[in-house]
Amino acid sequence: MLSCKDASVIVSDSLDRKLSLHERLSLKLHLMMCNACQRMAGQMQILHAVSLYYRTATEEDSHLKQVTLSKEASERILERLQSAADAGADDDQV
Amino acid sequence: MATDFENVVRPEPGRWLQEHGDTLFRYAMQRLRDAAHAEDVVQDTLLAALQSHSGYSGRASEKTWLIGILRHKIVDFIRIQVRESTVDDISALSDAALEHSDLFDGRGHWIRPPQDWGDPDRTLHNHEFIAAFEACLERLKPALAQVFALRELAGHSNDDICKELGISATNCGVMLYRARMGLRRCLDVRWPGGNSGETR
Repeated sequence: MLSCKDASVIVSDSLDRKLSLHERLSLKLHLMMCNACQRMAGQMQILHAVSLYYRTATEEDSHLKQVTLSKEASERILERLQSAADAGADDDQV
Repeated sequence: MATDFENVVRPEPGRWLQEHGDTLFRYAMQRLRDAAHAEDVVQDTLLAALQSHSGYSGRASEKTWLIGILRHKIVDFIRIQVRESTVDDISALSDAALEHSDLFDGRGHWIRPPQDWGDPDRTLHNHEFIAAFEACLERLKPALAQVFALRELAGHSNDDICKELGISATNCGVMLYRARMGLRRCLDVRWPGGNSGETR
């Protein structure tokens, strides 16, 4: 018989890999009898779903659109790139 | 030299930065969740692109090529973080639930049962929930947050993460478990949920 703690581990695993038949059955049995773990499993599903929302939202989502490189960071990176490019150009001449 | 006449892509780091900088930064932010770290990997990516531009065949789009390099840079970065953190608490990793053992009694039953978060569809479209989720993600240990981000936010498979980070499948599963339990637990407090009447 699974404990609630075991059940929480198996629910997490179920989001990453295929469960064995034994795991599947014992989890199902436990969830049938345990309200607290039903809520836990629901929460884990929501965490998984909210992640899917982020994954599909990469490009178009307004929430992420606002995320941009700061001016300072851009300038710093550009400077770094230019000095690297200059050094590289010298090498290329040879 | 003679290659000038061939169809060689000239390195244009300034233009790469201008055209793709924000895309690369967003991609990195989504996985690293820290602006300074994300800026660093974007810089590393463009530097690497500059050095290896001859390796760019022009077949993939420039953006795809740069993101390919960025992916490697992000994994390198996370690998170092994970390695440092697992050295710290390698013993804690051996017990999957140690960090959350206070949630359960000696027989593995809930001491603090999970709350009802309400209707999943409504919860997922609730801005307050998203804000709480982000706040909780930020409070997670960096290594856990990043493994979680690679798995769930970036959609890498478990096997890929283990391989990329050089950790065992068991440790990978343990880290994801601890990340999820940490988030779940944090949200139980921060997310008042589907106005659940009966909470305990």
